Amino acid sequence: MWVWFHKLGSPPYFYRFSGVILPYLAVACLLSMSIGVFWGLFKAPPDYQQSETVRIIYVHVPAAMFSMSIYVVMAIAGAVTLIWRIKLAELIAAASAPIGASYTFIALATGSLWGRTTWGNTYWEWSDPRLMSELVLFFLYLGYIALYYASEDRRGAARAAAVLALVGLVNIPVIHYSVEWWTSLHQGSTSRGAQFAATIHPSMRYPLYIMMLGFALFYAVTLLKNTRSMLLASERNNAWVKEVVNQHESA
Amino acid sequence: MYSALFSLLKRDLMLAFRHRSELMNPLIFFLIVVSLFPMGLNPQSQVLPMMGAAVIWVAALLAAMLSLDNMFRSDFDDGTLEQIVLSPWPLPAMVLMKVLAHWLVSGIPLVLLSPLLGVMFNLPAESIGALVLTLLIGTPVLSLIGAIGVALTVGLRRGGVLLSLLVLPLYIPILIFGAGSVWDASLGASINGPLLFMGAILVLTLTLAPFAIASAVRISLE
Repeated sequence: MWVWFHKLGSPPYFYRFSGVILPYLAVACLLSMSIGVFWGLFKAPPDYQQSETVRIIYVHVPAAMFSMSIYVVMAIAGAVTLIWRIKLAELIAAASAPIGASYTFIALATGSLWGRTTWGNTYWEWSDPRLMSELVLFFLYLGYIALYYASEDRRGAARAAAVLALVGLVNIPVIHYSVEWWTSLHQGSTSRGAQFAATIHPSMRYPLYIMMLGFALFYAVTLLKNTRSMLLASERNNAWVKEVVNQHESA
Repeated sequence: MYSALFSLLKRDLMLAFRHRSELMNPLIFFLIVVSLFPMGLNPQSQVLPMMGAAVIWVAALLAAMLSLDNMFRSDFDDGTLEQIVLSPWPLPAMVLMKVLAHWLVSGIPLVLLSPLLGVMFNLPAESIGALVLTLLIGTPVLSLIGAIGVALTVGLRRGGVLLSLLVLPLYIPILIFGAGSVWDASLGASINGPLLFMGAILVLTLTLAPFAIASAVRISLE
């Protein structure tokens, strides 16, 4: 049953497989992003209190959500790197880091714009635990990238960076529960299960779902593209890469 | 095993005391950075006692960063670190001894110096007590978390700035609770809450960090 999954650990198999699914993912990403953007930014009703500002959540919530999920993916890939030394896991972790850092930056930037109009006269609130822990997440991503590219030895650097990713994993539950543990300006989570259905009207909920799907697909597409090019670079001395390059040149 | 751990601790302490200038430099740096702030501000300014806690804590973080590099660097260069890894004793316990030695020579002096700096910043007496107490709980955390970063970067030729990029974000929680409780103390509030949080962070790092340090040392030696 797991054979197909184990096969994915083999670089040439992964390269071919990801090449097949990539176009479908890219089309799905484009579709869901454009539907989500149109629905969220033009069709969905303005909020009765926040008026048009509410539209920021269609970008902010998915970006913030996946900024954390991507870190978890990175840490899991890091654990796989340390335990089984699978080369593909090293590359997936390293390819995720810049995407995760961008999502975190988007979440911070859109959050501060939203906070400016909704919370009042401030872009940034230093005393807020949710903002602080998300900022720490951003720094952790930057530290990971800096450590990974500090050494010429890619595989050694991947293991070192994996340890850092696992250490930084402590921050993820802190971000998640920060709004419950401490007094925070940031509102509590509304996006879970039945509660979500009750707190957000369908006209705003469905575009949000679609944007979440779009952000997830965008991560998948950029991750695969990054990983594929890193894979070619790291396997450049192998026969299968030469085959791929030859095919590409003759085509 | 205990004799091995003890002799490692003794060796590290002896090495530290043979290099007195290296021992003193981070401390002098701490002193100078802290005194730069009142010079930069208007001396009559009322903000001095308000920012004292933050300035002293941030300077402590930076001083800890400066002294961290010594923890594994020379042992890595002359091969001692490799011998420690090859020894039959558990590596997490061995690196914990090195961290302990680092804390004894760099953390404790900071704690002892802090009341003086608190007085220079016109901190009220309750705040100075809180400052000493939080630094006493916080500096071992600085040494433990810092050791992870040092172990990760010791194999790299230009580890310096990179080390601060890795370690300073991880220092943020302890800084928030440390400086926050000094401020709370100056308002006459109870600081039990943040102190318990810092204690929890200390216990967490004390139990988990040695394993992270040990695996990072192994990776750097490969």
